[in-house]
Amino acid sequence: MSKKMPETPMLDQLEGGPWPSFVTGLKRLAESEDKQYADRMKDLLGQLEHSYQTKKGYWKGGTVGVFGYGGGIIPRFSEVADQFPESAEFHTLRVMPPAGMHYNTDILRKMCDIWEEHGSGLIAFHGQSGDIMFQGCSTDQVQPAFDKLNELGFDLGGAGPAVRTSISCVGAARCEQSCFDEAKALRMNVNANLDDMHRPSLPYKFKFKFSGCANDCSNATQRADMAVIGTWRDDMQVNQEEIKKKVAQLGRKEFINQVIRMCPTQALGLNDDDTLDVDNKSCVRCMHCINVCTKALKPGKDRGVTILLGGKRTLKIGDLFGTVIVPFMPMQSDEDYENLVELGQKIIEFFAENALEHERTGEMIERIGLANFLEGIGLDVDPNMVSQPRTNPYVRTDGWDDEVAKWNARKGPAAAE
Amino acid sequence: MTELRRPIESGVPESFPFMHPLLKKNYGHWAWHDRPRPGVLHHVAESGDEVWTVKAGTQRQMDVYTIRRLCDIADQYAEGHVRFTVRSNIEFMVSKWEMVEPLIKTLEAEGFPVGGTGNSVSMISHTQGFLHCDIPATDASGVVKSLMDELYEEFKHEEMPNRVKITTSCCQINCGGQGDIAINIQHTKPPIINHDLVAGICERPAVVARCPVAAIRPALVNGKPSLEVDEKKCVCCGACFPPCPPMQINDPVNSKIAIWVGGKHSSTRSKPAFHKLVAAGIPNNPPRWPEAAEIVKKILYAYKEDARPWERMNEWIERIGWPRFFEITGLPFTKYHLDNWRGGRNSLNASAHIHF
Repeated sequence: MSKKMPETPMLDQLEGGPWPSFVTGLKRLAESEDKQYADRMKDLLGQLEHSYQTKKGYWKGGTVGVFGYGGGIIPRFSEVADQFPESAEFHTLRVMPPAGMHYNTDILRKMCDIWEEHGSGLIAFHGQSGDIMFQGCSTDQVQPAFDKLNELGFDLGGAGPAVRTSISCVGAARCEQSCFDEAKALRMNVNANLDDMHRPSLPYKFKFKFSGCANDCSNATQRADMAVIGTWRDDMQVNQEEIKKKVAQLGRKEFINQVIRMCPTQALGLNDDDTLDVDNKSCVRCMHCINVCTKALKPGKDRGVTILLGGKRTLKIGDLFGTVIVPFMPMQSDEDYENLVELGQKIIEFFAENALEHERTGEMIERIGLANFLEGIGLDVDPNMVSQPRTNPYVRTDGWDDEVAKWNARKGPAAAE
Repeated sequence: MTELRRPIESGVPESFPFMHPLLKKNYGHWAWHDRPRPGVLHHVAESGDEVWTVKAGTQRQMDVYTIRRLCDIADQYAEGHVRFTVRSNIEFMVSKWEMVEPLIKTLEAEGFPVGGTGNSVSMISHTQGFLHCDIPATDASGVVKSLMDELYEEFKHEEMPNRVKITTSCCQINCGGQGDIAINIQHTKPPIINHDLVAGICERPAVVARCPVAAIRPALVNGKPSLEVDEKKCVCCGACFPPCPPMQINDPVNSKIAIWVGGKHSSTRSKPAFHKLVAAGIPNNPPRWPEAAEIVKKILYAYKEDARPWERMNEWIERIGWPRFFEITGLPFTKYHLDNWRGGRNSLNASAHIHF
């Protein structure tokens, strides 16, 4: 005898309106009487309505996992299981998607079939860290569900104090502004650190994100410990005939308003013949003019990445953006990609050894200072790492001559002149 | 006992087996793009190949029936491939322009709005909330659904000065991230502690260490080892709640909603920016959060009206100044807008630049 559908007067109000309704989806699952999850989804709806009525959440964590791994499952046990017994266990499997979140319908259908058999029929594409979230598994079905997904070629993502699932923008797969192979970099970096993903033992979470250019569509600067962002060293590519067409299309005044005046470093000018004057030495590769003139302008050809470290949101010391630790790393040969992986591993190792418990990379650097971090990793200091040099005089400079010698040695005779 | 299966530690799968054939063929060799209409991107490869991408909104938390329906649509119109964006929009790649209109018609007939491209309001970045999170003070799916119902036309049209990224978060951890407009829970009262449970559940030194203002200390309460909070110091951030669930921070009345503006991830034009508090004390009012929606719309339409082409929310406010922002949105400016956290002095106006 199957359960009755719960009364959900508040959730029902989320079925109206034009945007797709998750409530309608949940009800569809709850009403699938021939499926093993129907009763669980009825109680899930009941608990969710209870949350809406009381404005409180009722899930608690716990310990659930799969054999061989220490993370990747988010355990959820209901605190109101006496009222909603069928959804007493409602765990999530975090599963890593292919970089760029590409799917064919065959693989999506297979995922649905597995989740219909072992889970709840509810899947989120995707969580904020980039996982496919298979939500609503009972404890005893976690292992068989994972086994099938794993046989299909998919693996669990990160949870807890571990390397986390990563995100890249669509990048080279469909964007002319892409400055490196984001998907390759993502896959190589994450897959080189699977032990630190699947057996969480870092001080806290560590996130990689990859964006093909400064538009940063993967939100790396603020959301990643290690943000890898595409850029170029040579001159921007300009098709002057297309510039003239764009000037004609927008009109001179609007072209000046929308392109020339909005350049953050005043690196652009409009020539008398409606071609573009670019001061590439002043350009900071911000992408604005390229975004406006998608046919006329493109990144240069000597491409690579800028690496920022330490982005995170508020807790504990306040919001931090990632800041530059590598102004430019070429990203063209296989060796370049291996260098990136090596740097990531070196940083994770330093983080593991030097961060305090529950401290993110940005907080660690705030505590120990960027200079100490760079020294620990073996990176050279560079003026691209600062908005401006220090303004306060509380510093001991008795090692000055040695540091000048290092700079001169790095920069060669040109710097010493 | 049967042998347990060892995992195949395969990590991130290869993308190419799942990628649309035209994307695979022209990987890294795209020439330019444009947007023939809202919701549609048109990319041209160096080879001359063209691909049209139709972007549609989803509810993110999807039932298998919805996913299979999207698969049917992809099989019929998009050569059996899709991808998702970081904001849970689904993208169908199409190799012929003639397929674009029928695909859009089908998606919209099935209830999936087509849009979210360019200078539109894209899907709100979505956290977990009541459905699955262990520490939420509100729901995410419901807030997103309610707001996207209100902003539906702005998703479907490209009528904003630049793209607008809205985010939600159900606690101050802020999984939703930075946004042009962020709708986040802001607790206003210290945690209520169940002293009977603390010793059994919480690792007390770890909880003490989590507090950003050192307001928590070990204490013996009713003869039991527990923790106490210096309520004068407490900033109600809720950092103690995840490691110590008996320190309940969520409060149906006093956990309010705050609205922040001007967050920006990209380095495009201006450097990335954090969002700034503009309104707080808004009731957490499911199932449709009308008070929060009202303020979001007020800010959004002021921006739509007043910003210049390509200005993001923070760049618009930077140009017009904060006094003008509070004036045209009608939002009150209070002592709570002054930042007194470390480094907060950098946010003060150290100049004689005054807006009149």
